Amino acid sequence: MSLWGILAINSVAFGGLLFLLSAGFSLIFGLMRIPNLTHGSMFMLGGYVGASLYMTWHLPFWLAALGSAAVVAAFGGVIERLLLRRLSGSILAQVLVTLGISFIVADFCLLTWTGDPISVTTPPALAGGVRAFGLFFTIYRIAIILVACAVAALLWVLLDKTRLGAMIRAGVDDPEMARVVGIRVSRLFTIVFCLGAALAGFGGIMGAPVLTVYPGLDTDMLPLALVIVILGGAGSLLGSLVGSFLIGFVYNFGQAMFPELAYFVLFLPMVLVLALRPQGLFGRHAS
Amino acid sequence: MSALDIAGIDAFYGDSHVLYGVSFALGEARLLGLLGRNGAGKSTCMNVAMGMLRPRGGKVTLFGEDVTGKPPEDLAARGLALVPQGRRIFRSLTVAENLIVAARRTQGNGAHAPWDLATVTSMFPRLKERSRQIAGYLSGGEQQMLAIGRALMSNPRVLLMDEPSEGLAPQIVAEVMATIRRLKEQGLSIILVEQNAKLVFDIADDIVILNSGRVAVSDTKDNLVKQGVDLHQHLGIY
Amino acid sequence: MTATRAALVVALAALAAVPWWVQGDYYISVASQILIYAIFALGVDVLIGYAGLVSLGHAGLFGLAGYAAAVALAGGSGHFGAVALALAVALLGTAVFAALSLRATGIGFIMITLALGQILWGLAYRWVSLTNGDNGVGVATRPMPFGLDLEVASHFYFATLAVFLLALSGAWVFVHSPFGASLKGTRDQPRRMTALGYNVWLIRYFACLFSGLLTAVAGILFVYYTKFISPPTLVLTSSAEAVLMVISGGSGTLLGPIVGAALVVIVKNVASAYIERWNMLLGAIFVAIVVFMPEGLVPGSVRLAQWALKAIRPPPAPAGGSPPGRAGVP
Repeated sequence: MSLWGILAINSVAFGGLLFLLSAGFSLIFGLMRIPNLTHGSMFMLGGYVGASLYMTWHLPFWLAALGSAAVVAAFGGVIERLLLRRLSGSILAQVLVTLGISFIVADFCLLTWTGDPISVTTPPALAGGVRAFGLFFTIYRIAIILVACAVAALLWVLLDKTRLGAMIRAGVDDPEMARVVGIRVSRLFTIVFCLGAALAGFGGIMGAPVLTVYPGLDTDMLPLALVIVILGGAGSLLGSLVGSFLIGFVYNFGQAMFPELAYFVLFLPMVLVLALRPQGLFGRHAS
Repeated sequence: MSALDIAGIDAFYGDSHVLYGVSFALGEARLLGLLGRNGAGKSTCMNVAMGMLRPRGGKVTLFGEDVTGKPPEDLAARGLALVPQGRRIFRSLTVAENLIVAARRTQGNGAHAPWDLATVTSMFPRLKERSRQIAGYLSGGEQQMLAIGRALMSNPRVLLMDEPSEGLAPQIVAEVMATIRRLKEQGLSIILVEQNAKLVFDIADDIVILNSGRVAVSDTKDNLVKQGVDLHQHLGIY
Repeated sequence: MTATRAALVVALAALAAVPWWVQGDYYISVASQILIYAIFALGVDVLIGYAGLVSLGHAGLFGLAGYAAAVALAGGSGHFGAVALALAVALLGTAVFAALSLRATGIGFIMITLALGQILWGLAYRWVSLTNGDNGVGVATRPMPFGLDLEVASHFYFATLAVFLLALSGAWVFVHSPFGASLKGTRDQPRRMTALGYNVWLIRYFACLFSGLLTAVAGILFVYYTKFISPPTLVLTSSAEAVLMVISGGSGTLLGPIVGAALVVIVKNVASAYIERWNMLLGAIFVAIVVFMPEGLVPGSVRLAQWALKAIRPPPAPAGGSPPGRAGVP
């Protein structure tokens, strides 16, 4: 019984991390129509930068997390303005550029932080655990869940209650018409790309005490973001949320129950959704 | 100075040549009816004027300023607004949000107060009632009102309307035409694209007829009426 | 004899003579590697360049063929049987892949192929009872066709060259056939093709099968080359490298993928002796090509060469006095 309980808690926490990863990916894909193949790299970069800020420079953890998000956001901004904007006529070219950049980032991280995985110690304030309902909860995992929910709430307010959010949603609905009514869509692209990068970077450092940071984290996380966004629908925050927790469970329980077919179990729903309902469970337009 | 001047426009969709040297001018505070059969190129003219389609030749001038090839958001900032064919309201936004995202503050058109959420919804009371509804669930007529209202929110000096009566019941069409008449009285310069010539003839000052991508007729309505010109051959309706 | 034919003959002669002008078994092996990846890249290019479909999962098919051959050999099969089985398995896998992936085109196709490639990688990694997981599967010996010992680097090179030339001819015939023409039609004008009565889906499906065949051939050669296969061969990065090869060389051409494969293999094997982080270099080159020379190195170089030639040669005297065409004519 308690094994399933632990798996469940881990799944929810992992789902929270996946939400931080996929919410940005979903926004970028929904608005800009590009699957950002650098997204996994941004998650990993956030983990590495955050680890350095926290472990080497001894910044308080929350500051390291925010700083990490800011660095990755800035990096995203540079990519968007210098490269993606130049190629705004061709979605394929933009996707390929993000692919090329993922190579560069992966090697850059290897160069800077070497190949050894970095274990980030859980911040002392959030270390340890509690016993409740006959289960042992690690405080840090609960913190991840709470932070993810807080971020989801903030994003929801941004998208649903602000003019900027309405403009982003208009851009997701009909980018051409959005420009016709005067929305500066290229500026929105930069904002959304930076926001997505920030969320991914933040997720990387938040996840570091649990996942560690290691070369290959980028190619481990990117396909998960893809699956979640396909399942949940591009540009849908609710879809990202539901999809993230769903995949969190499928990933953990799948590995426990069908170790040999774990990946099959993980990706098959995505393939099915793409084949049968291309706009995803909550999405508004087909890819 | 004309409000909007289209000169020698050559436009292509891919390799398909759609407009051949199209030229006409919209006078200030006048309503120009752009008529023609299906596929004559009327919507293409609107798309070129609005910056959605880059012409391969020719010039678009807005109140004397050359705006050829500028992107749509730049044109919207200069006071050009489009009510597109098929309405194309933002389906997942609420009515109010559809209006808010298009809002552009100006000093006003001189003749009347600037358009904002309050004035637009008072012009279209049905929109005010439904202001928190998701736009995708509105009826055709309501969506048309929303599309017009959204265009007005950017406080345009020139309004392009592409087949606003399409697919609407006759009573609704009458409402739409009454709205257009009101806007014209307020001094807005309007291009009205329609397939239904009779609707346009009632309120237009100038008439341009396109035939297979070329201007076949371009004159004031009064002149055309005086000359008793038979336009049926150009329009293919009886 | 035209310039192109002359160039081709020279190239063929140079390729055949590699073991003589390339010194050392190591570099001869690199040449073999280039040829193997060139076949792989040709397979990927059939889809990217001629069908207009970008796949980020082809390393999965590459590895599927390789694993099938390796596992069959490890199970005691003879070389002929192993190769036949590998081709069959890979074609079957391609048939399934294509049926699923062609539910979408464009970006959707990229994402489905990425997912399918990941599934195959996951199976290679996790289905330990079949694939030995992380430990991989080793191949004991290379075949000895006609008594030629392929353990010798130059012999293996000749065998690979023979297969490469066969694959290249096959690709050439494919591309220049009526089917190839209709495939290009589906790439450029899918709706027009449908309106003309072509079954666009079926055309794309067959293109996928042909692509899978070339990929499988490359995968089998690969496993004989390295005498080992393990999950990293199927990883996303490998599929991405294949796309890199095609795009950087020039998609939609036959020379492009070959040049691209050479570029990537040389950077990997040769540059890596001087630059430790060659992946970064690869990524940077790729980004530069996509931004500045999106048609790829081969067409781009041809364009540059034509521009240079025009700049050197004086322009021909103008004929008659007719003014240039009116504004608007492209």
